[in-house]
Amino acid sequence: MTLLLMFLEFFKTGLFAIGGGLATLPFLYNMADKYSWFTRSDLADMIAVSESTPGPIGINMATYVGFHTAGVPGAIITTTALVLPSLIVIMIVASFLKRFSESFYVKSAFYGLRPAVTGLIAAAAFEIYRITLLAIEPFLESRNILQLFQWKNIVLFAALFVLNKKVKWHPVFIILIAAVIGIVLQL
Amino acid sequence: MKELADLFLTFCRIGGLTFGGGYAMLPMIQQEVVEKRKWATNEEVMDYYAVGQCTPGIIAVNTATFIGYKLRGIVGGIVATAGVIFPSIVIISIIAACLQNFADLPIVQHAFGGIRVAVAVLVTTAIVKLWKSGVKDKLGIAICIGTFLIQVFLGLSPVYIVIAAILLGIVVKKWKGGKEA
Repeated sequence: MTLLLMFLEFFKTGLFAIGGGLATLPFLYNMADKYSWFTRSDLADMIAVSESTPGPIGINMATYVGFHTAGVPGAIITTTALVLPSLIVIMIVASFLKRFSESFYVKSAFYGLRPAVTGLIAAAAFEIYRITLLAIEPFLESRNILQLFQWKNIVLFAALFVLNKKVKWHPVFIILIAAVIGIVLQL
Repeated sequence: MKELADLFLTFCRIGGLTFGGGYAMLPMIQQEVVEKRKWATNEEVMDYYAVGQCTPGIIAVNTATFIGYKLRGIVGGIVATAGVIFPSIVIISIIAACLQNFADLPIVQHAFGGIRVAVAVLVTTAIVKLWKSGVKDKLGIAICIGTFLIQVFLGLSPVYIVIAAILLGIVVKKWKGGKEA
């Protein structure tokens, strides 16, 4: 039953997640709310693994979520379900390739879609900021505004952000540096 | 049969050796598919990329489907797609299995404490890039901020937002086009 539900959810994600890479993220957050397959904070770890292993991020996320929820069969089901809609759409589009990407409707649809996808991913990122940079519960208990922020993490965030902008390394190196700092500072 | 096996293995290599997908895969696809095997021209690959961005799904996977379909029809499309996702399924399953066994160790927990901050940084960088390439005018800013607020406060299914944004884009462009004409 879970496998069937997972298939349907990931098929839907494959059909509506347009725009590459992190476009699947808002759908995964929605699933974390609806089902008990994984939590919102599990997702941050899954992003890290997906970004530091070979293969497209969206596929890696689906495989990880499927494996985490239902082992190897789960991984195969979620990944298959994610690529199935695009497999069908591409084979249809392949016959009128050029006209498709230059069509008025496709261009106009993307005019509205691109900003919406940016907003959707930003909303998913907000959740990551909440668990990494803020500490809502200690703040509500103490009512001390200084306790609302996880200061060590904020400093690390700023340092890594600047580093990432300057060096243009592959994300896997930023993740490794952060892991070492996490162990040293006991984050 | 030999060509199908070749198709599977080539896309397996592309999937297993590129980190990050999307444009990170383009040089690899050019080298393997265009230069070595001559399955498609550079121009065709660029067309596949352009269309891959406007269709649902992951761009690298869509490109694999296109090339497979071009060579061997529906079976080719399926085989190439299976090839490009195969390494992910194997590698991620192994890592996820290891992590499940070691997740409770303090050293792993501290490492992930740091890694989550790195993820926040990487996602922020991705959003900045998306904003620069996709949000072009006042309406774009409104759609982006509106989507963000709806999603943070209401937590709707993204499906509705995607459909609404597509319709809005078409309606606005039609209306603008009508005014200019």
